[in-house]
Amino acid sequence: MARILGIRLLRLIATLFAVTFLSFIMTSLLPGDPAVAILGQDAIQNEALLEEVREDLGLNDPIPVRYWNWLTDAAQGDLGESYINAGQDVSQVIRDRVPVTAQLAIMAIILAVLMAIPLGVIGAYREGRWQDTTTSAAVQVALSVPNFIIGIFLIWLFAVQLGWLPASNWNRLSDGVWDNLRTSIMPATALAMTQMAIFSRLVRSDMIATLRENFILAARAKGLKDRYILMRHALRPSSLSLMTIIGINFGALLGGTVVIETLFAIPGLGFRLINAISQRDILVIQGITVFVAVVYVLVNTAVDLLYTVIDPRIRRS
Amino acid sequence: MADAHTPVLVVDDLRTHFELPIGMVKAVDGVSFELERGKTLGVVGESGSGKTVLSRTIMGLNIASNARTSGSVVYDGRELVGLTPGEMRQLWGTEMAMVFQDPMTSLNPVVKVGRQLTEHMRAHLGTSKQEAKASAIELLRSVRIPEPEERFNNFPHEMSGGMRQRVCIAVALACGPKVLFADEPTTALDVTVQHQILNLLAQQQRERYMTMILVTHDLGVVAGRADEIMVMYAGKAVEKASTSTLFSAMRHPYTEALFRSIPKTGNPKHTRLTAIAGRPPDLIHPPPGCKFAPRCPYAQERCREEEPELQAAPEPGHSFACHYPVGSEAGKAAYEANLAAGVPQTLAAAGQVQATEDLSVVAAAAEEVV
Repeated sequence: MARILGIRLLRLIATLFAVTFLSFIMTSLLPGDPAVAILGQDAIQNEALLEEVREDLGLNDPIPVRYWNWLTDAAQGDLGESYINAGQDVSQVIRDRVPVTAQLAIMAIILAVLMAIPLGVIGAYREGRWQDTTTSAAVQVALSVPNFIIGIFLIWLFAVQLGWLPASNWNRLSDGVWDNLRTSIMPATALAMTQMAIFSRLVRSDMIATLRENFILAARAKGLKDRYILMRHALRPSSLSLMTIIGINFGALLGGTVVIETLFAIPGLGFRLINAISQRDILVIQGITVFVAVVYVLVNTAVDLLYTVIDPRIRRS
Repeated sequence: MADAHTPVLVVDDLRTHFELPIGMVKAVDGVSFELERGKTLGVVGESGSGKTVLSRTIMGLNIASNARTSGSVVYDGRELVGLTPGEMRQLWGTEMAMVFQDPMTSLNPVVKVGRQLTEHMRAHLGTSKQEAKASAIELLRSVRIPEPEERFNNFPHEMSGGMRQRVCIAVALACGPKVLFADEPTTALDVTVQHQILNLLAQQQRERYMTMILVTHDLGVVAGRADEIMVMYAGKAVEKASTSTLFSAMRHPYTEALFRSIPKTGNPKHTRLTAIAGRPPDLIHPPPGCKFAPRCPYAQERCREEEPELQAAPEPGHSFACHYPVGSEAGKAAYEANLAAGVPQTLAAAGQVQATEDLSVVAAAAEEVV
């Protein structure tokens, strides 16, 4: 176990190197000048001033040197300051924004799993019959509609027509669970629909394979009820790919909720990241990228460990 | 009160056909038999003879939506064909249970052995958790699993194949079924373990006074263990008799061929096993006449045109479906005529050419011999 974790740790470090180096190069190669972004378009004539700012930020150093400087600081926990909003610590940005996006992502995954498992199980159990074709069609629709369309629909229905929920804005969890829920349920649902569609397809297809196994026939021959067989005998062996994709998609959601965050005016990580990219705010981009990468690797390590809980045969190898 | 000689299971003209896009597969095609309480019926045939489908049809386990079942299965005075899966479920485990072919795949790999042994006891009999555990451990002991208390908490992959089949037997016995189906229970196991498992099944069957249907491709397996034997070919029963009658007075050439293919320890070393030339027939487009005719060393023109009906032999309870039965004058004459004419499968049966799955290869070899 210690050995496995050691290997994991090495892999995490290697991943972080690769991710941060690549994102550093990418952002540095972007056309556009952070100095212009800081001083504004009017300063474009004032080459001396621009040069001073560039020198000050270390932008004139070669990319490997700048990366090395950033890396040594980051290794000591200092992710630097925003170029644009002077004095704003990147770690502070992350601390402010992460709870919002993480909450959205977690809610979306939970909602998606809660919807996907019954749908997938029904589809597999009634493979080819009307229950399967209807759920598959619904899932197909959920998969084809972009999540911001679902978001707009939810706003139209629950905020405009029914007036039950605020159309946008965000109340932090610290403002009270109920207030938070009123602002988080719609964006989380909008994010969840696509995930639900992916998850339920996976559960359905894995479940169909599991239901053909001999041990399912053997369980039937014991006189067990179908529902019990589905939930007790078939679901667990059918959930390995679901676990994998939950891990991957959770990481993707952390960095990818930007459209929904924009639509609902939510001060999340994705919103801030897009801002930083348009302003060439390299250190903020770096900081958020590193954070998402770390979470990504950690979540997927957790998923790997979960495999052994689901399937005891994996424990030995 | 039913007395001991009332058949507990009466199967009459049972048919299971599978509708496929390319045609109808007649997997079981008009099988009838009766079985008394406490007796063992051996069902013998090659792969594809319909023996597994037969046992699943009797139990009502054919869940495929393209399966069409007709005929009648009367269990303990009750007609089973036409019952819904929900009604059949009442019988599964408590009245009828099955031991499957492959113990490596018929236990759920992610569920502990203990749960797999107790879940149906608790569902059917309403046993409490502790009681179920106690009787499960007792069961494990009775199927001779060492350290049953520890095994109770094992996962299936922590056990050997023979051990797992013992667990499967224990699972099947847990709710005290009256009829036990054993579908090739030893095919997937080591030869050394096969005997132990078969003896265990026979012992449990005697002790619990169960009726057993033992399905196998190996006539040797049922020889000392079945009271009656039914030989199946292409979905039909081709010979039925009590075990002693079958072995002393077999009439069907297919039974004879199966008998010849049992390895015998008395044979000198390196004796070639006698195989049956050719393959079981295509069940969608079976040959006209006798289904075994293309492979039969006795086959004559009549066999290829007219399908033989099951007819009674002089011995009580013995019947067979053949125009030129083994041991009869007609059969002897047919065999010798075929041998003289160099009919490939006859030469193969006589050991003059090598029997293989491909009849054209056998025919080519026969050309050279004649």
